[in-house]
This record gives sequence, C-alpha cells and structure tokens, in this order.
Amino acid sequence: MTTSTPSPLTGSARAGILTYMGISALVYVLMMSLGLVMRLTQATWLDLPPNLFYEVMTAHGAGMVGISGLAGSGVIWYFLRRYVDLSTGILWANLTFFLTGVVLILGGIFLGGYAGGWTFLFPLPAKGLGAWGVPGAASFLIGLLLIGVGFLLLYLDFARAIIAKYGSLGNSLGWPQLFGGSTDESPPAAVIAATMVLIVNIAGILAGAVVLVLILVNLFMPEFALDPLLTKNLTYFFGHVFINATIYQAVVAVYEILPEYTKRPWKVNKVFLAAWTASTVMVMAVYPHHLLLDFAMPTWALVMGQIFSYLGGFPILVVTGWGALTIVHRSGIEWDMAARLLFLSIFGWCVGVVPAVIDGTIAVNQVMHNTMWVPGHFHMYLIVGLVAMLFGFMYYLSNQSKRTGIDKVAFWLYLVAGVAFSFGFLTSGMNSIPRRWAVHLPEWVSFSQSSSAIAAVVALAALVFALRFLTSLKHARTT
Amino acid sequence: MIQGAVFLVSAILMLVVAATFIFVALNASKKAVAYPPLLEKSYSMRAKFFWVLSIAGILILVVTTLDLPYAATRGDVPGNAKLVDVDGRQWFWNISQTEFEKGDVVVFSVTASDVTHGLGIYGPNLRMLNQTQAMPGYSNALEVTFGEPGEYKLMCMEYCGLAHHAMVTAVTVSE
Repeated sequence: MTTSTPSPLTGSARAGILTYMGISALVYVLMMSLGLVMRLTQATWLDLPPNLFYEVMTAHGAGMVGISGLAGSGVIWYFLRRYVDLSTGILWANLTFFLTGVVLILGGIFLGGYAGGWTFLFPLPAKGLGAWGVPGAASFLIGLLLIGVGFLLLYLDFARAIIAKYGSLGNSLGWPQLFGGSTDESPPAAVIAATMVLIVNIAGILAGAVVLVLILVNLFMPEFALDPLLTKNLTYFFGHVFINATIYQAVVAVYEILPEYTKRPWKVNKVFLAAWTASTVMVMAVYPHHLLLDFAMPTWALVMGQIFSYLGGFPILVVTGWGALTIVHRSGIEWDMAARLLFLSIFGWCVGVVPAVIDGTIAVNQVMHNTMWVPGHFHMYLIVGLVAMLFGFMYYLSNQSKRTGIDKVAFWLYLVAGVAFSFGFLTSGMNSIPRRWAVHLPEWVSFSQSSSAIAAVVALAALVFALRFLTSLKHARTT
Repeated sequence: MIQGAVFLVSAILMLVVAATFIFVALNASKKAVAYPPLLEKSYSMRAKFFWVLSIAGILILVVTTLDLPYAATRGDVPGNAKLVDVDGRQWFWNISQTEFEKGDVVVFSVTASDVTHGLGIYGPNLRMLNQTQAMPGYSNALEVTFGEPGEYKLMCMEYCGLAHHAMVTAVTVSE
C-alpha cells in the first residue's frame, strides 16, 4: 500500500472535521487544566473541598475519554473518506449527540453534584450519601448514553460504507490475503483500522449502553437489583475498549502521513494484517486485567487477562512501533511539527505499553493496582502517545507544520514535561500512593507538588499547539 | 520490595525503547538510503525481536502464574491462619480483630455493605503489602503475613464517594 490519493474535502465535511478537531484541541487544554487543579489540590497548594475535587475528577475522566473518542473518530473519518463513501450527515449527527451528552454530563456533575467517577461503578451512582441524588446521577448517565448513541451511528455508518465497497468486514480486514492465499492488493491501512475499530467499538458501546440502562433503571427503581460484579464486567469491557480504540483510530494519521513525508510506502503485508486481526480480538479480550483483584472472578478469566495484556503489546511494538522506526530511519525526513509529533506519539504508545503490561501481571497488580502507577501508564500513552498524535494530525491538517520558534519550544517542553509528569505518577505508584484521593497523607504531598509544576508546563505546551491550530483554520487542507 | 523492582525493570525497558527511538530520530534526516534493502534488514531484525519478546513473555507468564493470590478465596486457607472479617462501608471499615502478633498469617475475608471498596494493607513503612476488592455480595480472601511489629494501615483503594480518602484505619502488630 502506498499513500492515499487525497480527495476533495470541502463544504460540510471539511467544516465537520475542523469542528471535531477544534473542539478537541480546546477540550484537551481545558481537561489538562482540570488535571492540574487536582494535582494542585493534592499538593495542598489549592484548597478545593473534596466534593469539588471529586466532581473535577469525574469531569476530567469523562472529558478526556469522551474527547479522545471524538478526536480519534475525526482523524479516522478524515482518512477513511478517501476510500469509502461516508455520510457527512452522520458525522454531524454524532457531534450533535456528543455535545448534547456533554451538556447533560456537565449539568449532572456541576449542578447535580454527581461525583461518582467516569466509570460509574455500580452501585455508587445510587449511593451519593447526600452529595448527589438521582437527578445528578441520571443526568450524567443519560449524557453518556447519548454520546454512545452518536458514536454507534458513526461506526454503523463506517460498517455500511466499508461493506458497500469491500463486500464484508472480513474482506476489509484483509482475510482473503491473510488466510485465503489471495494475491489481490490488501485494503489500505485506514480501512483495516476502521474495520477493527467499528467491530470493537460497536461491541463496547452496546455493552456500555446495557449497563447504563440497567443502572438508570436501578436509580429510579432501587428494588431492581443488579449484580455488582456483572455490571463491573460490562463497565470495564465498554470502558477499556472505548478508550483503547481511540489510539487505534488516531494511528491512521501515522500510517497515512509518515509515508507522505518519507516518500516510502507503509507496507500492508501479512504481518500487518495478522496484527490488526489479532488486535481486534485482544482489545476486547483484555479487559479482565481490570478485575484481577476481584478474586471471585473465575481464575481462568483472570489468567487470560494477564495473557492478553502481554499479547496486546505485540502488535504495538512489533508492527506499528517497528514499522514507524523503519519507515523513518535514514529517510531524509524533514522534521516539521507534524512529523515530530507523530513520531513522538509512536514512542509514547510503545513506552506506555511497558508499565501497562507489567501492571497486567497478577503478582504485580496485587501491589500496584489502584495506586498512581495506573494513571502513570495511561498518562504516558495518552499525553505522549495519543494527544501528541492528534496534535501532529492538527498541524498537518492546518497546513501550518513549518516550525516556528514557539512551536519548537512547545514541542520540547511537551515532550520533556509529558514524560516527567507520567514518571511522577509511576514514582508515586512505586511508593504505593493511591489514585483518586482528594487529600494525600503528608508523606505523599511532595510528589504532588513536583507533579503540579510539571503538569502546568504540559498544559501550557498543549495550549500553544491548540492555539496554532485554531488560528490556522482558514489555511486548512481542502483535500 | 516488589514495588522497587517493578519500577526498576519498567524504567530499564522504557529506557531501551527511548534509546531506540532516539537513535532512529538522530539518523532520520540524514541522506536517504534505498528502502527495499533497509526493509529487508528490518524485517529480519523484527523476526528476532518477535521471538525474544515471545520467549521472554512465556517464561515470565509461567513463573508469575505459579503462585496466584486466589487460593484462599477458593477455600485453600493455610492451617495456621487467623481468620478476620472485614466489611467496608461508606466510609469506614468494620474489622473483627485489630491486634496481632509478629509472624501471624492472617486471612482477611473482605466484603462490602454498600458500594465497591478496595482494601489495601500497608506496612509500617507505608508500602502496600497486598490488596483486594471489597464488593457487596462477594467475599474475597486476602492473605497477609505480618512480618514485623508496628502499625499497619488499611486504606480504601477503590473510589467510593466523597470521603474515600478518609476511609483509613489501622491494626497493630506487636512483638
């Protein structure tokens, strides 16, 4: 597979993609600011009452997951439309559902007082003990449900368009080439990735919708009893799949843009096809690694959680990471902002795999889970991986990728502070500091103080990236 | 201490990843070389990398799953163990026994009465010794050996509402 042939991007479709990415840029900076507020509170430099801290925590979690979903879907939509006939109306419908959901979520949190965390672990939404009631929790949960409906429409549209062109999802995953000995040219990477994402996300969103509806019924009819372990399985299946799928969408930017820059093709060979088929299974099968401390789960399921945690690292390291290194090495690439950020993002993804896989080891999970180690791993792969990938795409999209002095400074600040901030979490995890605590023991405060200063630098650098994109929209690509 | 070893191993592996990316980044903008031979060499190296990862992964998997922490929950409780009931509620712990002696093997039977909590047991040095989930309707057996005297803190590890961070209690281990 070589680079795609750019097709015109005009009118409503162009406006849609720019709106997706513009909102994402703004929300990332805003959510990073909320994260900073949390670290400042834990550092005792900000006097935020616990109820407000946990509201901010809930908004930060839901906001980051939601906006990563929106931004990731924007990236893959931009490239996928070069190969299949997507509906612009659905693109806008998804955004409408998303924004409506956001209003309900923010209302539930900051007006209704809901602070049950973005994971809404049953039966906590119904047990606010006076901090929040049914209206706040219901508003939050319905907001999530609406966002899910929007994404479901989007991925169903992906499925419709892909099947219309390729005949089946097996064909668009390259199974005839992988298993059937077909010598036809494989589908492009964007189509393969979109197929994987639509499969896992439709399954994940449906599981999420089921558990959200069940909890909503329980909210209004407490006698409608639910099993906490079953609902936790559904919640983490949905949550893990959805957040994990964000980077599998955004990585299409790497597959499409790096070949343009290096004048080298990104080969879609059997190894690539096998990796994406394997990822389709593994992204869905790995979620029990969130339940390793639920001893009541069947042992085989927990051991499978560890096995799939290990296997999940292979496609990232061996295929995408290795592929990015190969295509860039001695290529004569010009390191403009898009190239830098995209390359950095693959580093962030690969390096973030390490603490994740290690925490997926049952023996390690016993002493590391729900400590700061966990946000350490996912901040590494979100800040240095996913968000860098998205800002790299935004520089590319806005045609403003030539580096200016401030871009260079922002890039290095983002890289160094992003890694340091994540290591602050990992070091805290090593010291057994729990995650999601509004108030830390005095022995732990210094960790939060150093992290606060670093978090401010990350947010500042992201603000530069966001402003560069938002002030360059008129120059954005039309193909 | 397992946490220190975990951090060290993670940091070393992450440094290896970082060194690889830095090497490629530093050479990337040099004069371009022909791609097909580079690709062939890369694929050959990747195959070796795959096998190294696979063999290491299988070995680590086998070693780390030989002794799983689920035996006591399945009924395999050490004969000398003291059995202690723990019940988590918003936002306190009910514990059937809080005084122990050095060397005691204790199996905590952990559950919750309202929402899901997490029981983390911290040694006198504030490092976590072991943890499990405390979930309504389920009982998880958590085995801990109190190896040294002092105050051991029991903290909530699963977010459970506004006073989650205050859900801390202690047990005492004497000589």
